[in-house]
Parts: sequence; C-alpha cells; structure tokens
Amino acid sequence: MEPQLSWYLALSAILFTIGVTGVIIKRNVIAMFMCIELMLNAVNLTFVAFASFFQDVIGQLFVFIVMTVAAAEAAVGLGIIIAIFRNRESLDVDEASILKL
Amino acid sequence: MENNLLSLIILAPLAGAAINWFAGRRVRDERFVGVVACGAVAVSTLVAFYLAFKSDGALRSETPVFDHIWTWLQVGTFRADFALAMDRLSGTYALFVTFVGFLIHVFAVGYMRGEQGFYRFFAFLNLFMFSMLTLVLADNFVLMFVGWEGVGLCSYLLIGYYFDRKEASDAAKKAFITNRIGDWGFVLGIMLTFFVTGSVSFFANPAAGEVTHTALSFFKTATVEPFTASAIFAGGATSIAVLLFIGAAGKSAQIPLYVWLPDAMAGPTPVSALIHAATMVTAGVYMIVRCSAIFAHAPTAMFIVAIIGAATALFAATIGLAQNDIKKVLAYSTISQLGYMFLACGVGAFIAAIFHVITHAFFKALLFLGSGSVITGMHHEQDMRRMGGLKKYMPITFWTMLIGWLAISGVPLFAGFFSKDEILWRAWSAPAFSLPSTTFSKLLWGIGAITALLTAVYMTRMMVMTFGGHERFRDTHAHKQQEPDEHHGPVEPHESPWLMTVPLIVLAVLSTVGGFIGVPYAVSSIFTDRNVNVLEHTLEPVVATIPPGGHAESTSLPGEGAHAPANAPAPVPEPVAEAHSSEEVSLERTMAGMSILIGLVGIGAGLYVFNKRPLLQMPRLLENKYYVDEIYDATLIHPIEGVSREGFWKILDVGVIDGLLHSIGEAVTEAGRLARYLQAGFVRGYAAIILIGALILIGLFAYLGFPR
Repeated sequence: MEPQLSWYLALSAILFTIGVTGVIIKRNVIAMFMCIELMLNAVNLTFVAFASFFQDVIGQLFVFIVMTVAAAEAAVGLGIIIAIFRNRESLDVDEASILKL
Repeated sequence: MENNLLSLIILAPLAGAAINWFAGRRVRDERFVGVVACGAVAVSTLVAFYLAFKSDGALRSETPVFDHIWTWLQVGTFRADFALAMDRLSGTYALFVTFVGFLIHVFAVGYMRGEQGFYRFFAFLNLFMFSMLTLVLADNFVLMFVGWEGVGLCSYLLIGYYFDRKEASDAAKKAFITNRIGDWGFVLGIMLTFFVTGSVSFFANPAAGEVTHTALSFFKTATVEPFTASAIFAGGATSIAVLLFIGAAGKSAQIPLYVWLPDAMAGPTPVSALIHAATMVTAGVYMIVRCSAIFAHAPTAMFIVAIIGAATALFAATIGLAQNDIKKVLAYSTISQLGYMFLACGVGAFIAAIFHVITHAFFKALLFLGSGSVITGMHHEQDMRRMGGLKKYMPITFWTMLIGWLAISGVPLFAGFFSKDEILWRAWSAPAFSLPSTTFSKLLWGIGAITALLTAVYMTRMMVMTFGGHERFRDTHAHKQQEPDEHHGPVEPHESPWLMTVPLIVLAVLSTVGGFIGVPYAVSSIFTDRNVNVLEHTLEPVVATIPPGGHAESTSLPGEGAHAPANAPAPVPEPVAEAHSSEEVSLERTMAGMSILIGLVGIGAGLYVFNKRPLLQMPRLLENKYYVDEIYDATLIHPIEGVSREGFWKILDVGVIDGLLHSIGEAVTEAGRLARYLQAGFVRGYAAIILIGALILIGLFAYLGFPR
C-alpha cells in the first residue's frame, strides 16, 4: 500500500501533540526543551509531506530554514539553561518564576 | 491723521516697567529706579502735550490723531485693532493723566524711600500708567477693556503692595473681586453694542482701512428710546448704557460697588493719589462720556446714572464726616466727588463731568499727597486723633493742603468751585430729558448742595484735626497703648524732602488756577465779553448733547473723523455766548452765589465746631459706615460662602467630581489586580495560555472558514 499524505499528517499531529503536552506538564527545563524540538520537527514533517504531495520544493526549503533557526535556538536556550543551573542548582522551571536570580 | 508718536505715550511707561522689573531688581539703586520710572512718564507727558497742542494736534483740529499699531482681532465682520486714537476727549484725559501721574511718580520717589521692593513699586506704577493710557487712548471698546482690566490688575498689585499685611492683601482681593462684578456688566455691554451696532470702534479711521461704520455713528440715525423702565430690558441703547454703567460703577466706586475703595487705602499713599483718586477711578466717567452718543439715546439709563451718582455723593459724604483715618476721609471724599461726576453725566452735562474729573484730579491728588506727606512726617501715623498742631512743623504741606481744602470746599476762584458749581447749575437747570420732571432736577440740585455743604464740613474737620489745635501726638496717655513691638513714644514731626514738597506745590498751583479752563459764561461775562470757557469749546464737538426738550432730533457725535463734514447733519454749535438768555445768566449767577454761600457756611460751621472740640464724637452709624460691609457680609458673602462650602465643595466637588474620578481610578486598579494573575511568572502557564489561544484561533478558523 502506498503511503498516503494523511498518514504523514497524522504522525505529525501525534508528534506535535506529544510535544505540546510535554511542554505543559514537564517541569524539567531540559525535557521541555526537547518537547519544543519535537514540535518543530513535527511541523518539518508536515512541510516535507506537503512538498512531496504538491511536488513543490518550497516546502523543503522551509524545512531548512526551520532547522537553522532551531539550531540557533538550541544554542541560545542551552546557554540560558546552563546559566540558570549554575545559579540555582535546579532545573525546575516553576522555581524560576520571578524575573531575577 | 496718522502719527506713530502716539504709541510712544503708552510704550514709554511699558518700557519703564520692564526695565525696572528686570534690571531694577538687580541694580538695587533707588536713584536708577526712580529716574527710569519718572523719565518714562515724563516722555509720555511730553509726547502727549506735543500731540495735543501742535498746530494740527488733537485738541486743535477736528480730526483725531490715529496710530494703528496692528490688526488685533478680525473675525467676520468683527474687528478690533490694537489702535490708538487721540481726539479732543482722550487728548484732554491723556494730558492730565500723564502730568498728574508724573508729579505723583516724583512724589513717590521721596515717599517710598527705603521701602523693600522699591523697584517693584515703580514697575507696577509704570505698568499702571501704560494700562491707564491704553484705556484712554483706545480706539475701540475691546482695547479699552484691555486697559480697563490692566488698571484693575495694577490696582490689585499696588493695594497689595504690603502683601505681608493681611489687611492689605484682603483689601487687594476685595478691590479686584468687586471690580469683576462691574466688569461683568461692561463685557456684556460691549457684546450687546456689537450685537446692536455691528462694530466696537469709537472712530472711523479710513487710513487704517477700517470700515467707516462705528459703534457710535450707528446711533446718529437711531431714535431716542422711550423713558420707561421696560427699555432697560429691550436690548437697545438703554440696555447697552445700563450695562456699561454697571462697569463704570465698579471701576468708579458707585453704590452699590463702592465698598472696595475705602479699603484700597491699605496701599501706599501715592497709589491712593494716582489710582484711587486722580486717574483710574475716573475711568468710569471717561467711558460714559466717550459713549455719550449711546447715553444720549437712553434717557432711562441716564436717569439711573443721575440717581446713583447723587445718592453716592450724599451717602459717601456723610460717612466721610465721621472717619478718623486721614486717608479714609479722603477716600470717602473721592467716592462722593465721583458721585458728582456721575450726577453730571446723568443730567447730560458731560463736559461738566470731565471738568470736575480734571479739577478733582488736581486737588484730590494734592490732598492725598499732602496726607502722604503728613503720614511720613508723623512716622506712619494715619489716625487724625493723634495728630494736631502740625502747621508749625510742616508748613509747606500745610499751605498746599490748605489750597486743596479751599478747592474741594468750593471757595471761589479755586479749581473746585467752578467745576462743582457747573455741575450744580446743570443739575438745577437740567431738562426733563432724562428726568421725570424738571422739579426732579431741583431735588438733584438739593442733594448736590447738601453734599457740597458736607464736603466743606468734613474737609474742615480733617484740616483742623491734622494741622490745628493741640499737639495730641505728644500726650501718650491720651490714646491707648499700641502693640509693644511698634516704635512708640512722642514722635517729632518733620517736613518732607523736596521730592515730595515740589509736586505738592505744583499741584497746589494747578488747584488754584485749574478752574480757569472752564469758567462758565455767566461768571466770565461779568468781566469780559469774550467766551473764555476753553474746555467747553474744546470738548463740545466730541461730546453728545441732550436735547433741551424730551426728544433728540440731532445729537452731535464724537469721532466722526475726516469724512464728518460731508454727511454731518449736526449744525456747527453756535457760540455759547449767544445761547444764553439774560434771565438764565442772572439765575446762574444767583446759583453760583448760592454755591459760594454753601461752601463758606460749610467751612464756617466746620471751623466753629471742630476748632473747639476736634475730637468730637461723630454718630456711631456714620463712623461704622452705615454697617454696609457688615450687611454685605451677612446678606451676600456669608450665603455665597455657605453655598460654596456646603454645596459646591462638599457635594459637587467632593461628592460628584472627586467621586467620579475616584471610581474611575478604583475600576482601573481592580482590573489591573485581576489581570495580574495572568503574569504569574510560571513558564508552563504561559505555554498553556499560548496553547489555548492557538486552539481558539484554530477553532475560529474551523468554524468560520479560512478567510480568503
């Protein structure tokens, strides 16, 4: 059976939902961060699926841009996480609820 | 005729005020301040005399001198320029205002020596001269009102010159607020004038491109309004005239708005002389004479003016009889004399009113400055009960004030006699135009005559208490002890320096000879056939005359300017000499004799009574000024304060306005408190909010369809 477009979209939706759920329920900042990456990649999957379906390369180009931004975001985000951990010795986001250290 | 020098008359004092205000406070040199202030007024005086008397000057030609400075307001047909005009009336006024003002400035340099804020005093005094001359020389109602308010402001500033004394600052406020009531009438009068006539200008000045139609020329074709009470509310000439008179009554201290003037004596004495005797308080008379064309069409308004004037004259004279403060006597005397001037206006004797304004400026300035000299000599003692016998110590002050006393009492040949006699005669012979009947004019004459008698009596009392008799300032036990901190003990009076005595002497000369500018025909014809009434000759063309009967066929109009001869229906006034019938002349001479008699009887009675008992207790009712201040307090001020406090403050301000603002503030605070929960600081909460928002958006798209 040929893989249908809807399969990819369904998988993408499942991955995205997992990511959203993780961001909301996880307290560990690293885990939240991973969930954000999961959401990004769920979107990437959608782009690629549509690009293939419509035979249009622009969707794939978007994926590259998203990956670049995600890489940059990962660098900045991890830097912040390290800085917070150095000061608090904790990765619980609920403890970092005020705008100072 | 356009002449730019005219603006120098008002700009010189303004410049003087600016220099003294900005530089004088730093220089801190009384000589510098005094020279600047007196020099500025001297420039005004010289320019005023030059423009008035040069070959085609304001007093010698038919056309006024114009100076159009700039077009100030122009909205539709409404036009008010910042423009000056010197015609025969405003020229006459400008002459004595600048000259008497100059003398008083010189006096003030001596009087104010060593006072703190010397520069401030002279800056205000110069500012006053600027305002007063703007008022006089303005060529339209609106600019006149600017000057009108300016003199009010300067009056306020100068009454409150000793602002650290509560009595002075209270008096300043009282003067200002009382004048506001009058100004209300004046402003409404100006508005109604524009509404009725379509113009606020006094003069047609073709050179300035102005319409030839003016507020006053409108009345040339108007008919005289009926002599009924309902005319007051008809919205025509009578309404305008009554509203203008309310303004005049405020500025010129007439019943019921006179109460501020006696209190205004809290200011320095030169201020009392300049503002509250010689110039500002006569602005109301000037305004009425300026608008005589309107008043000549409003017999009801003129009747009101005459009644108020006569009542004020008598009322104030009785109060003046019982005052012990030397300046208060003079203040009530001023109110009384102003009443005379309004009485003259009310019976149509506009020129006589101006005549009395001028002579009064001379002798009342003299008396006020004399009192200032006495106060300085007595080391700031104003109570006449602690004076007496000053003749020996202050001879120049005594002799000059003696002349002022003779002038105001109406002794023949002195200035006051001619003007007062003229008013009394014109009241006696007033036509029924503005009066219910000619017998009413006899009543007005009677009031005027009684006032003249009282004037002679209270002025005699003042002279006797001050200069005559026992030297009461020596006996310290005679009066109750003052506050311990005040300098006390027997004072040694001394004559004032020349800066103060020279103006006194000049004014004394003017008070002696000043009356000769307006000697009536009935008197002059005894000596010469020529008509020597210079003042009447000068002012006749610019002042409206009321008809001898009950109707005005042609009233001559002021300010018709160059084009007047072309369309002026008014015949050139016949020489006055021929207008007098012989029985009228002999009657006038008899009445003049009566005036002399009244003055002499008053002086004689005063001397007889007060020489023996200078401290004679006067009736309490008079000493307490008929309790008018107390009555005003109880009937007007107290209720207004009550309504203001209980109603406007506690209910309207605190309840409604503050309540409204507070509830708006509280609502915003409450909304902020609720919105604060959104900003909890929990990252996962924010994520959830974003999620919910995204879901709502997606739901909306799904439900409504994607917009294309």
